[in-house]
Amino acid sequence: MIIGNYKQTYASDEAVFRTPTVRWWMAALGIAVIAFPFVAGDYLLYLANLIGVLALAALGLNVLIGFTGQVSLGHAAFMGVGAYATAILATRLGAPFWISVPAGGLAACGAGMVVGVPSLRIKGLYLAIATVAAQVIFEWVFTNWTPVTGGIRGINVPPARILGVPLADDLRLYFLIQGVVAVHYLLASNLRRSRWGRAFVAVRDRDIAAEIVGVNIFQTKILAFMVSSYYAGVAGGLWVYFMKVVTPENFPLSLSIQYLAIVVVGGLGSIPGTILGTVFMTLVPEWLKLGTGLAGAAWPDAGSYLFPLRDVAFGSLIVVFLIFEPHGLIEMWNRLKRFFALWPFEK
Amino acid sequence: MSEGAVHLLQLLASGVVTGGIYSLVALGFVIVYKSTRVINFATGEFMMLGAFFAWTVMVGLKAPFFVAVAAAIFASALLGVLTERLVLRPLLGQRTISIIMVTIGLAAVFRGLAQIAWSGEYRSFPPIFPRAPIELGPIVLPSRQFYPFLIAVAAIAVVGIGFRFTRTGTAMRATADDQAAAFAMGIDIRRVYALSWSLAAMTAAVAGIVVGVLGAISPQLGAIGLRTFPVVILGGLDSIPGALVGGVTIGVLENLAGGYLDPLLDGTSVKEVLPFLVLVIVLMIRPYGLFGTREVERL
Repeated sequence: MIIGNYKQTYASDEAVFRTPTVRWWMAALGIAVIAFPFVAGDYLLYLANLIGVLALAALGLNVLIGFTGQVSLGHAAFMGVGAYATAILATRLGAPFWISVPAGGLAACGAGMVVGVPSLRIKGLYLAIATVAAQVIFEWVFTNWTPVTGGIRGINVPPARILGVPLADDLRLYFLIQGVVAVHYLLASNLRRSRWGRAFVAVRDRDIAAEIVGVNIFQTKILAFMVSSYYAGVAGGLWVYFMKVVTPENFPLSLSIQYLAIVVVGGLGSIPGTILGTVFMTLVPEWLKLGTGLAGAAWPDAGSYLFPLRDVAFGSLIVVFLIFEPHGLIEMWNRLKRFFALWPFEK
Repeated sequence: MSEGAVHLLQLLASGVVTGGIYSLVALGFVIVYKSTRVINFATGEFMMLGAFFAWTVMVGLKAPFFVAVAAAIFASALLGVLTERLVLRPLLGQRTISIIMVTIGLAAVFRGLAQIAWSGEYRSFPPIFPRAPIELGPIVLPSRQFYPFLIAVAAIAVVGIGFRFTRTGTAMRATADDQAAAFAMGIDIRRVYALSWSLAAMTAAVAGIVVGVLGAISPQLGAIGLRTFPVVILGGLDSIPGALVGGVTIGVLENLAGGYLDPLLDGTSVKEVLPFLVLVIVLMIRPYGLFGTREVERL
């Protein structure tokens, strides 16, 4: 039980996992993540991979929105840029995945830099609309630049290989995806504690005040856009190896909105919250599917309401969280932790 | 007149028709933004619901068209007030992202509910207007474009005149101008907020009916809301004349691009993306639009 804050070294003050209890829990979580694919069935494994890819992109969006306060409705487009760059490198140049995926991240990073430029002059709602324009324009390019993107038919991509072993099934991909997510998770949570991370937060809270105390707003905002789209690009690259094909329909505005929903429901500015949000928002449609499946026994039409019900559930989750739990799932989790911190000895 | 000139006039005319409808949709955005500083991403869904209300009254109850329109306007006004009271008011003064997300969430809910209530099929209004095409000199406009355009123009005129000359309109403009001062002069800000939302929902309902008469009604009708962003940004988010000018400009540009550029590039449709390119350029050069209020920031 923690009864005080007694740090005697800088190392203990800077530690990511601060107490032995936390370290034990993290170790348990790590073992659970490694053991999961050997216990879970094919479908759960597929979902886990999907969650990994979505979580990676959502982490990037949370750096942009939660840390820096810049709204983007074009995150799916950046993911698309990364996916296409990866696919083109892998098919045309035969690049291995450990080159093509980071290259996809860098390509998206460049795109993010360009889209981030207007953020100097415009902000808030205007910036949000500018990113809608970016989304529409990128989607149009994916569809119409046929010689490069393959148009509507898209690009088929061979599986990633490690030492000649193809990562063709979800089990092998699982370790690749979750490994990449883990590395980027740590990067994002450390970013917050760095000089740049502090600058992000300062810009979010009051950009003019931040400029007065010496933060270069332009650099900071552009960097936030770059980091955020780099994450989306890497997620796009992983998506390519996961889905084996990339088409323009994979990155619509609705996916951008899904990322926003993940960030809002998980908790703005919270890295662990993003993971919770992704898991939750991915599983809700699954629960609905289960529910309509069960209801189908009594009411044969239930299945046909699945898709509209998904929309309704998705929208109402966003609205309800914003009104009743604006800090997201992570706040609920923290409340739960506080409750058990002293349990059962509290008054 | 040469064939080329007639083609150009024809494109301009259908551009103005499209533009008139864009203007009406844009008006829905502007009304809400002007007094409450919220961009309503669910405007398209308000249109869709308005169209479905009118369709249900007309087809289900066999009511005449104008009764159906009136009923749809009334139902939408209620919906607008409820939305403001239950969803937007708890979020007053929150961050941009919350405001954007809540209207996006609302849009998803409306879309889903509409699909449950009316299914995803495409529906159309029974024939309402005389079918003979309208000939204006060398230009020929199909009747299902011309009459909806007239409705759009009439609706814009009603809203514009109401804003300019009525007591309520003045209160709304005062609130948009300076909230604290308006409040001090005894204007009930909460009432203005609720009114703005219901007025925007009513405008959207008329716009939805117009689009429904032009094409078809389905839960996807709201997608046109997204295509109106370039219009609102070009005109200025808080300007009613801006919505008019922006709508017609974008409508004409779109049609000219469709008429002259698309045939040159086979298979690619520049028409779809051009308004958004305009949007980016406007945001770079004049972010507050042609007639919008320039925001001055102070610490």
